[in-house]
Amino acid sequence: MNQDILVVIEHLRGQVSDISYTMLAAGRELAQSTGGSVVAVLLGHNSQNLAGDLAADRVLYVDHPALADFTPEAYQKTLAGLIGENQPRAVLLGHTTIGMDVASGLSAQLGLPLVSSGRSFTADGKFISQICGGKIMAEGDLPGPTALVTMVPGGYKPEQGQSTQPPQLTEASAPALEGLRVALKQYIEPEVSDVDIAREQLLVAVGRGIQNQDNLSLAEELAEAMGGVVCASRPVVDQGWLPTSRLVGKSGKTVKPKVFLAMGISGAPEHVEAITGSDVIIAINTDPAAPIFNVAKYGTTADLFDLVPALTDQIRQAKSG
Amino acid sequence: MNIVVPVKLVPDLVEELTVDASGSALDTAWLRLIINEFDDHAIEQAILLKEQSGGQVVVVSPNAEGVEDMLFTASAKGADQLIKLNGDFEDGVNNHGLARALATLLRDLQPDLILTGVQAHNDLDGSLGPLLAQYLEMPYVGYVSGVTADSGKVVARKEYPGGLIAEMEVTLPAVLGIQAAEQPPRYVAISKVRQAMKTAAIDEQEAATLDPSGGPTVSRMYQPEATEQATMISGSEDEIAARIIDIFKESGVL
Ligand SMILES: Cc1cc2nc3c(=O)[nH]c(=O)nc-3n(C[C@H](O)[C@H](O)[C@H](O)COP(=O)(O)OP(=O)(O)OC[C@H]3O[C@@H](n4cnc5c(N)ncnc54)[C@H](O)[C@@H]3O)c2cc1C
Repeated sequence: MNQDILVVIEHLRGQVSDISYTMLAAGRELAQSTGGSVVAVLLGHNSQNLAGDLAADRVLYVDHPALADFTPEAYQKTLAGLIGENQPRAVLLGHTTIGMDVASGLSAQLGLPLVSSGRSFTADGKFISQICGGKIMAEGDLPGPTALVTMVPGGYKPEQGQSTQPPQLTEASAPALEGLRVALKQYIEPEVSDVDIAREQLLVAVGRGIQNQDNLSLAEELAEAMGGVVCASRPVVDQGWLPTSRLVGKSGKTVKPKVFLAMGISGAPEHVEAITGSDVIIAINTDPAAPIFNVAKYGTTADLFDLVPALTDQIRQAKSG
Repeated sequence: MNIVVPVKLVPDLVEELTVDASGSALDTAWLRLIINEFDDHAIEQAILLKEQSGGQVVVVSPNAEGVEDMLFTASAKGADQLIKLNGDFEDGVNNHGLARALATLLRDLQPDLILTGVQAHNDLDGSLGPLLAQYLEMPYVGYVSGVTADSGKVVARKEYPGGLIAEMEVTLPAVLGIQAAEQPPRYVAISKVRQAMKTAAIDEQEAATLDPSGGPTVSRMYQPEATEQATMISGSEDEIAARIIDIFKESGVL
């Protein structure tokens, strides 16, 4: 056992994901309380170049053709070996499509404790997780001997985990990666769409509070009156009321408009992580405890079904007047 | 194909959540429980697969207030067998404890495929699916929003951010964490659920003593402090609308 913090670097098709840098920043904070080093773990194939800007004390790199793209089984096998050999104080993984596919399996396989939805660490090394759609924070001692932690964004800025000085890189060997039961067949590109919500300046965002597809016209009329574009939270897209290209959030797009008007959106972390780059967020939500009010600049608990038509009317009048 | 769907109830986030006197757990006295929405998608995906390629769907859930209604609803949607797992669940159970308890039961059911919600909003120790997969020595893929059955295999559509999909071929038996079914969970009329209450049976099974090791211990639970608490606008609808229009103008979008 040592006091190091292992940070599992996530990358997708040749690009390091922001969560990796966020975790390096979190790892640095944690390493300060444990007195260990921050060790980035990079798995890939011909991917050494991805290590260049990682703010780590060193990088452990494993190269294998089976690691060229993420698959849960190959990653878990490789990480299990590395964690066993290094016995660090903590291993940080993304609370993401990648990290969450392997963290629980590693916990069960290695018999190590796991904390999920970690957002930050306190100066004395406690974890702080954000759960229940962003409504509850949970804090506790980092379990031992080695804690696995899956991290959500928001607690640290990705820039804090970037460095201009390339870290020292050591290669570790991959375990036998044969007989794998999961194989990547192909990637399917996202559908191209007429609008790119990531570039729009005025977004009218609808959430489950809109209740049904017919009511979407309320948002569409408002957007049209203002020259904005309608986008949505995940439940609205899952219902098929709007195409995936309009999805804002962790599994959709990150947006940074001048104004983001959220109606009937609770403000779950998976949604919020993609809207914090907006200049002004205005939230309409009847629940005064909705987490969206923690990130919005302006808010109102008015009922959207009363307020939105009034808003559209006034804009139309102002424009014609 | 024999598909098992482990599901669980979680606090309804529409209700107010409060922390209990211990300061380290949710106050369960007034909690209203609903099905974890991703589990609802897992049930839908299982029924879609059954409709496409035959087989049967077993839905299993740990006992909690409202579990019978939830199971009968699954039956009305098309589930063939319902199992309630009885055990020491009153004070909640973490995923490690639940996965160990379910693994024993699932081994006997010999499923080809286990579908479960990719996560639940109150998870604090990872998620159920990959823990089950490890205990049952099956492969796991999560964040799946579509499954096609093939002989001895399935092709799972795994989601990445921005709408990118990775098609993963997974050898059966396997566990998949469902993010969204290929189509929204079907609606069933209350009359059909009532009918299921009369015709469907719930098997009751006993869980062994729970072993929650592997999860963290929470010492403090609290509502988040706002980093930037919103300035609240009140008044009549017209007054609020007028203020919002001012904000639009100040922000240069109008
Ligand atoms: C891996 C993963 C990825 C995800 N990716 C995304 C993503 O990319 N984007 C995303 O959005 N979500 C994503 N989610 C889902 C996310 O966790 C939440 O479930 C989702 O954001 C909730 O959407 P919502 O706010 O529209 O619905 P809800 O949480 O149900 O909120 C509805 C809100 O409407 C309010 N409301 C109701 N009626 C009215 C009314 N008349 N007037 C005003 N307000 C009203 C309610 O008070 C409530 O706050 C993801 C989840 C997972 C697990």
